[in-house]
Amino acid sequence: MKIGVLALQGAFIEHIKMLEGMGVEAIEVRLPEQLAGLDGLIIPGGESTTIGKLAVMYDLMEPLRRFAAEKAVWGTCAGMIFMAQDVGANQPLLGIMDIVVARNAFGRQVESFETGLDVAVFENGQSAPFPAVFIRAPKLVEAKGDAEVIVRLADGTAVAAQQGKWLVTSFHPELTGDDRFHRYFLSLVREVKIDD
Amino acid sequence: MSDNGNIQGNGRAQTGSFRVKVGLAQMLKGGVIMDVVNAEQAVIAEEAGAVAVMALERVPADIRADGGVARMSDPGMIKEIIASVSIPVMAKARIGHFVEAQILEALGVDYVDESEVLTPADEEHHIHKHDFKIPFVCGCRNLGEALRRIGEGAAMIRTKGEAGTGDVVEAVRHARTVLGEIRRLQLMPNEELMAYAKNIGAPYALVKETKDLGRLPVVNFAAGGIATPADAALMMQIGVDGVFVGSGIFKSGNPTERALAIVKATTHYNNPKILAEVSENLGEPMVGINVSSLPESEHLATRGW
Repeated sequence: MKIGVLALQGAFIEHIKMLEGMGVEAIEVRLPEQLAGLDGLIIPGGESTTIGKLAVMYDLMEPLRRFAAEKAVWGTCAGMIFMAQDVGANQPLLGIMDIVVARNAFGRQVESFETGLDVAVFENGQSAPFPAVFIRAPKLVEAKGDAEVIVRLADGTAVAAQQGKWLVTSFHPELTGDDRFHRYFLSLVREVKIDD
Repeated sequence: MSDNGNIQGNGRAQTGSFRVKVGLAQMLKGGVIMDVVNAEQAVIAEEAGAVAVMALERVPADIRADGGVARMSDPGMIKEIIASVSIPVMAKARIGHFVEAQILEALGVDYVDESEVLTPADEEHHIHKHDFKIPFVCGCRNLGEALRRIGEGAAMIRTKGEAGTGDVVEAVRHARTVLGEIRRLQLMPNEELMAYAKNIGAPYALVKETKDLGRLPVVNFAAGGIATPADAALMMQIGVDGVFVGSGIFKSGNPTERALAIVKATTHYNNPKILAEVSENLGEPMVGINVSSLPESEHLATRGW
């Protein structure tokens, strides 16, 4: 299995290290031709405005949409913003998932936080809480159509969603060394591969 | 940093943890942080793809030219910049001036730069940065200085270079020094680490952690003298995580184009064909000062202890 990590800007090395630690080949993607032969793609955290602008300038928008139509894609934080249909601001978006997202919705850096999350979609839903780091994080305002909220904070705020083979998290599983979310994403990649 | 021991189920959230502070710097990696002196420049920087802006009253080239005491910027100006962009906003406090840092925290800036570019307020002690909920970035010239700052609580490091010169030579010297020292440290047997820690004036635990990681325990950008896309790519290829560009953008002939070109060069730092494209027709770079012609007393990098 070969997983690409969009490497225009942000915490892409952290995702690559997590994948390599699980014995998965990981490829940095900066140009459209680098999508060839990949089984799935992770769009990392970073600044969504920077990532969006670079994706436009290097003609990645349509190739990324075509890739997502067939393969599993996971966006963390800025990646979640980039995959959304609507973020209430004028910036380049892939718009592949039926979700509405609000940027910096928990506040500025001083409000960034970490907490434990109960995640039901893991194979063993009763296992230990997942350590989640929220950095100037976005919130899921609405999941429409086939998109479904899969994780919420204690106060009900939606922070992760799935729509078939597409996954978004407003937090950063690449920062904690806990690979359960990466394993869950790989299970989505495998489902697509089997269906092929 | 990978200690997940205290994590509880859905419920208590912890703000201001070291992981959260370091985490923001991790999100800035592979990006360009630009000095801006007003909201208009901040918008240009964001439009060009900057990952953050550094709000300050005068860019280092002007601080150099004007002389006098350089202090924290006017909070009114910082608030205007915060209101004008969606990317993180950083601001500078004087070395050791913890009250300026408290004010910046109260304003809601996302990162404080305890910076040698401003006139130091304390010639022995830096700010105890663990006391704050907002993260700090600090300058360094070598591994000992970097680890002392991290020991005090810095969540991000930048090599100092020589700000306001447009001469990349000191940025290269400091990045090569830090990265070279880490490479040598990795080859050292454990019994030599305590004496090494003593010699470079660094906390032992951080020396050990750096050896084990093969890199600094926090994100490490380059700063001070970066003026062209090629300069940015040079620093990236040498091995830093991203770049600060101070006077190099808004003291050049065409700030909008140059800012964009430096952003592209930082992403595609390993692609000479793209570097050639983005370096074309950028107009005049900032004029610049050869660092070798600067008298020792005007070197900003020697500030910090």
